[in-house]
Amino acid sequence: MNLSNYLVLSVLLFSIGATTVLVRRNAIIVFMGVELMLNAANLAFVTFARMHGDLTGQVVAFFVMVVAAAEVVVGLAIIVAIYRTRRSASVDDVNLLKS
Amino acid sequence: MTTMLHAGSVLAGIAEAGRTTTGEEVLFWILAPVMVLAALGLIFARRTVYAALSVILVMVSLAVLYVAQEAPFLGIVQVIVYTGAVMMLFLFVLMLVGVDVADTFADTLGAHRWVAALFGIGLGAVLISVVLRAADIAPQGLTAANEGGNPSGVARIIFGDYVITLQVVGILLITAAVGAIVLTHKERLVAKVGQRERADARIAAGEVLTPLPAPGVYARSNAMDVPALGPDGRPLEHSVSRVLRIRGQQRSVAEVHAHLDPGTGTGSTPPERTITGEEQVR
Repeated sequence: MNLSNYLVLSVLLFSIGATTVLVRRNAIIVFMGVELMLNAANLAFVTFARMHGDLTGQVVAFFVMVVAAAEVVVGLAIIVAIYRTRRSASVDDVNLLKS
Repeated sequence: MTTMLHAGSVLAGIAEAGRTTTGEEVLFWILAPVMVLAALGLIFARRTVYAALSVILVMVSLAVLYVAQEAPFLGIVQVIVYTGAVMMLFLFVLMLVGVDVADTFADTLGAHRWVAALFGIGLGAVLISVVLRAADIAPQGLTAANEGGNPSGVARIIFGDYVITLQVVGILLITAAVGAIVLTHKERLVAKVGQRERADARIAAGEVLTPLPAPGVYARSNAMDVPALGPDGRPLEHSVSRVLRIRGQQRSVAEVHAHLDPGTGTGSTPPERTITGEEQVR
């Protein structure tokens, strides 16, 4: 099996995550789409590390995971804060600055 | 001579490691469709909890693939950080925000959904065409790099080449934690209502101060759904749980009385106050 199969899988997951971000309205699901994209990128990093015989790819994937954890904490806090004031978790309802 | 032989065997080992085994191929072709289907569930799931569960499935499968790809450290970190911490945090917030929040799949813009789908398919096509150019790279495998153990190799790079990055990431994590606390902090606008204030308010309102009477205890029925009898023999409506009353699941004294054998209806109740079931409810 060619290792590029892993890359194709990673691309598929990335595209599905990007489509989720565009299609869904629930802020939590949009956020999970972003997480899926980060994970897909991690799979590509790990595969490239194996292709090139260099562990740096795995280290970069590790840093991506750490930054994603920090991002999730802040993002979910924002969602909770918005939900408290607007009673909604839909990205369409956050339009106070409009007009 | 021996060194050259040694180098040759190492090269052969690397070439061996770069190729995938049959077991890994089978693993990949089982996991990959499952992962893609679960990821599609993120787009199409009506309920947010199902979407979260399918993402958890994708992430666990990714951890398995990492271990198969000679990255056991990342595989374990993936399980601990992503499935263990991040997705549990997602589920917490999901339950906090309310799982019954209606997720309107219908868009305000009708064409938006199709444009987004087109974008997704186009992005996938472009990226696949780019990624397939890497198909002819001869994979070298990580056998040499993982010689002292994969975690040790990763740690050598993290604490060797990327020390500054590690420090910055640490600062980032602390900032994120503080930011989350600040964002979810709520200023108290009114004084806290404690037990004492509640008791004072109840006395001031003139409500019942004692506990409510327990539901009925009879010779034939001591169930929750039958009202208790007062000292005067009349049923006490409010002794039955409010939930049962609202659901209409309570039984009246008359219903219980109908099941009683008329010859044995004495018990501890004096004859002149025998319950007939006709008593007025108060």
